[in-house]
Amino acid sequence: MKDWRYWLAEQRGTLLALGIFIVMFVIYTSNHPAGFTANVVQTAANKGVLLAFVAMAQTLVVITSGIDLSVGMIFLLTNCLASWLVVGTPMQTTLGVIAVLAAGLLCGAINGAIVIYGRLQPIVATIATGAVYYGVGLLLRPFPGGSVNEDLADAMTGRFFDLVPASLVVLLAVVLLIWVPFSRSVLGRAAYAAGSSETAAYMSGVPIRRGKFAAYTLAGLLAAIGGLFLTFFTYTGEAAYASGNAYTLFSIAAVVLGGVSLFGGKGSAIGAIFGALAFRTIGDLLFVFDFDPLWQPLFQGVILLVAVSLGAFALFRVRNRLEWFL
Amino acid sequence: MDGAAPLFRMEGISKRYGGVRALEKAELTVEAGSIHAILGENGAGKSTLIKVMAGVVAPDEGRMMLDGREVTFASPGAANKAGIVCIFQELSLIPELSVADNIVISDPPKRFGMIDRKAQRRIAEDALARAGAADIHPLALVKDLPLSRRQMVEIAKALARKPRILILDEATSALTAADVSKIFAVLKRLRSEGLALLYISHRMNEIAELADHCTVFRNGRNVASYKAGSKSDNEVVELMIGREYSHIFPPKPPAAAANAAPRLEARKLSWADRLDNISLTVRAGEVVGLGGLDGQGQRELLLAFFGVLRGLSGEVLIDGKPVTITSPAAAREDGIGMALIPEDRKTEGLMLPMTVRENLSFAALDRLSKGGIIDRATEQRLIDDMVGLLAIKTAGLDIPVGALSGGNQQKVVIAKWLMRQPRIILLNDPTRGIDVGTKQEIYQLMRKLADAGAAILFYSTDYDELIGCCDRVLVLYDGAVKRELVGAEITERALISSALNIHGEESPVGLGAEA
Amino acid sequence: MSETTLGGIAGRMPKFIRRADPAVLTAFACIVVLLLVGSLYSRSFLSPEYLLQQLKVASFLGVIATGMMLVILLGQIDLSVPWSVAAGAMMACAAAAYGPAGVVLAIPFGIFCGVLIGVVNGIGVAYLRIPSMIITLATNAVAQGLMVVYTGGFSPQDSATGAMRYLATGFTIPGVPNAVIIWALIGAAMVFVLTRSGFGRAVYGIGNRERAAYLSGIDTRRVVMIAFAVSGGLSAFGGVLLAGYASKAAQSMGDAYLLPSIAAVVLGGTSILGGRGSYLGTVAGVILITLLQSILSVMQMPEAGRQIIYGVVIVAMLLLYGRAPASR
Repeated sequence: MKDWRYWLAEQRGTLLALGIFIVMFVIYTSNHPAGFTANVVQTAANKGVLLAFVAMAQTLVVITSGIDLSVGMIFLLTNCLASWLVVGTPMQTTLGVIAVLAAGLLCGAINGAIVIYGRLQPIVATIATGAVYYGVGLLLRPFPGGSVNEDLADAMTGRFFDLVPASLVVLLAVVLLIWVPFSRSVLGRAAYAAGSSETAAYMSGVPIRRGKFAAYTLAGLLAAIGGLFLTFFTYTGEAAYASGNAYTLFSIAAVVLGGVSLFGGKGSAIGAIFGALAFRTIGDLLFVFDFDPLWQPLFQGVILLVAVSLGAFALFRVRNRLEWFL
Repeated sequence: MDGAAPLFRMEGISKRYGGVRALEKAELTVEAGSIHAILGENGAGKSTLIKVMAGVVAPDEGRMMLDGREVTFASPGAANKAGIVCIFQELSLIPELSVADNIVISDPPKRFGMIDRKAQRRIAEDALARAGAADIHPLALVKDLPLSRRQMVEIAKALARKPRILILDEATSALTAADVSKIFAVLKRLRSEGLALLYISHRMNEIAELADHCTVFRNGRNVASYKAGSKSDNEVVELMIGREYSHIFPPKPPAAAANAAPRLEARKLSWADRLDNISLTVRAGEVVGLGGLDGQGQRELLLAFFGVLRGLSGEVLIDGKPVTITSPAAAREDGIGMALIPEDRKTEGLMLPMTVRENLSFAALDRLSKGGIIDRATEQRLIDDMVGLLAIKTAGLDIPVGALSGGNQQKVVIAKWLMRQPRIILLNDPTRGIDVGTKQEIYQLMRKLADAGAAILFYSTDYDELIGCCDRVLVLYDGAVKRELVGAEITERALISSALNIHGEESPVGLGAEA
Repeated sequence: MSETTLGGIAGRMPKFIRRADPAVLTAFACIVVLLLVGSLYSRSFLSPEYLLQQLKVASFLGVIATGMMLVILLGQIDLSVPWSVAAGAMMACAAAAYGPAGVVLAIPFGIFCGVLIGVVNGIGVAYLRIPSMIITLATNAVAQGLMVVYTGGFSPQDSATGAMRYLATGFTIPGVPNAVIIWALIGAAMVFVLTRSGFGRAVYGIGNRERAAYLSGIDTRRVVMIAFAVSGGLSAFGGVLLAGYASKAAQSMGDAYLLPSIAAVVLGGTSILGGRGSYLGTVAGVILITLLQSILSVMQMPEAGRQIIYGVVIVAMLLLYGRAPASR
């Protein structure tokens, strides 16, 4: 059978992102003074997973043909929260982790409720909720500080069997425990269906609202996992506005690079992960080639601009100009 | 009919949309194990009837009985649960999902809370096989399939819901001949399995082959019900014709501008798979009609002239000179002077929340402005002229145009183009859904504009209008001009038989039919 | 609410009420409430000097929100405001460092840079049909990257020219700050364009139904393009004024203007879906936001509280009158 061809076609965006990432990473490690060592991989992984989690969060919302401009701020907020709560005895730490994840879920659910049941445009609604989340984060950490259970943090940022970066293992676990079940559930399918054609989905009796709500809520959870990891890496909480904005922006870039359609209904969070890792490697490449780090924001901006413009090529296939205005 | 309670029965169903009656005390009886064909002209009430059956619209009055028990459907889902599944003309497939995903979309098989992909695949393969479309791969994305394949998926999706009554609304319109014969075999098998099938089609040969029973609708009523094969094609056409009211049309000039110079010409115009080698001429002072069943390329033809379609082949000539029009902005320019009254006044003709004034001057802003600034005095004068000329009834010029009645809204759409004094006027079914009085005024206006020298190309789904208003009518079928009717040849019989592509007493003019 | 009843009610009302959007009236009512609340905290809150000072602060936001409004009326959004503001300010100051000619050209050059950003946005939205929020985020990132490279990552050292300072802080008419006059002039121009020009009508038309506008023969792409260019230019001009106010540009000076400019427009009753809204509403929104900020600072509310209150107020107001229609 030619099943594999359909599978290939479906995964094309993801595989392309994987390909881009591998090429970049090979160039990176082969030019790195230390070469392809467990240390280099670990450092790269630790930097990459942060954006990967936020990009996964963005993917969930983008699939419903919405957008979440507050993901970066949920990420900051949960970072600040974790710097208070994820401390102390293993028991306290566990409760802290649960509380942080619950906070992320809540933020996502608020976004979802406002957008779906409040019928506000996702873009304005999430800019506004983003301000609230940032405000709460700043309230928690007016100045950078706090601490985290260092045993847990070191374990999460270290290596398993001195070889595999723990952060990648957690990323894999999140994919298997959150993304895969969601994408194969009725709600996940409803999210895809609503993003692809809301009318057809309605005519087919798909639970559109519940599917979208689940997507926004889980997006909050994923951003919170990202925030937790940020705390593990930095040992502190910090409500840095520019950093939150940058993560939101990069999450969109990663999603686009990962083959997720901004018009909804198409793409996979796994693609977005590779998109995120590739995007991160761009920054590292500039470093190994001794570029002035000053050029990094410009470079990332241009990549984003080019990535979003690529989607416009579909436009030239439109033969009825009225379709521009749908 | 037999003594036992029929599977499904509708009694005294009426439905109005605003002032327009779509259904008027309609009745229908559907028996298990039979194929029932519904016939009727455009707008005879067929689609409303099945929308009521499928729970898409609620009837104003009347009742429906399933197995002799009265039922009401709050949503398409409720009708589905009762076993009534409808395949609509507009597709309900989700483009980015796979065929299998789509087939099970309403009720996917689950295992441990997740969708069981193996079971889903089995169901999909089974349904596709039952629909005679085993060639479609269940993993293919719907958006990658051509229209005819999508239609087959739609049928498979309906079958997977295990219907008792299956409604097919023009379900074969996009299919190839091979698919049609496959579908027919499937439908006959379903009939033998005891399903009731309701079949709506304009293709007489299909109905002759399939149907056990036929019901003809006219003006929202069922006017005749008969056993299939008991009436000839001509008798059926006769039943579909015949109206209770007739419009008063303005007199046509005797030799309608036959000698005037051609204003608008098309030569071998083709576009995608919707327009097929169309050649036509419209002279100054002439009203030329576009006939045929709905959706045979008439709308695309008007859009093609107006510069909306890309990738046209063939030539368009204005006053004998070839032109290339690539946007409505170019089409309305002085040298061309074209206007289009679009299909849907609510989304294409007007900005409903904006005022009557703003809408009226919207297409002529460049004419009303000096240096980009609107000259309010000129604007007021021209608007007053138009409101007077078309007798637009409005509480004021500064109320939202959405507050006007449908007829007056349509007058605003026409008036906004007349403000430019167009030389070529394209009308896309301008009288749909408006009251009889306004219709009459629009007929008078069209003739008046033609007499003043405009060239008019007029698409209508109402055959009466084509007969009453047009000097010539081109009947389109499948994107090609199948027949040209001139003067006294324009009769309802000729229009319907050429629209259905069955040969009546007159021989067809093979204009561009060689495709 | 159906169009028929809307029109029926509107038709019976006196003209000045009929023209006024309930949202605009709400916004003005909120301003009055804020003034009263503020006066409870501080006696000087209602003094003419203080109010004039507020108006001066408001005028920077007012200039930026004017451009934002134009874009929102089209049903689009401009998220490149932060770095359009910063680029305008930095480039104007940078030009000033190039001798006398630079001093003269500083302000036009700053605005030109903003227009350039806007043109890229416009091409993306109008011709490539990229969703505006995406393309404007991307150009924002590129503008940021360019500015970071230019300044070397440090606060820019060039100072504002005398003209910039004069525009932002000087007085031509005694008692009325120049910034206020500038906002009034730009606002008047905007009102004129929106109500009297073909361009303005086209903007509303596109915002309501781009399809219908296109089929009416409007070159909708050109209109969208121009609107984004104007928005970019006005953001940059806002940046120029801010640089004049602070005597120099700063890296993240624009960040504080994105949310407030959107909020001001939307709270003033302009529909985020486009096609509906008046400049009067935007004026009310700008003053409302400025007063809110001012009161929060008088109350010595920390930045965190301000952000939270902003966000909550905006969501609450939108839920009151900015919702999409109930069913499709």
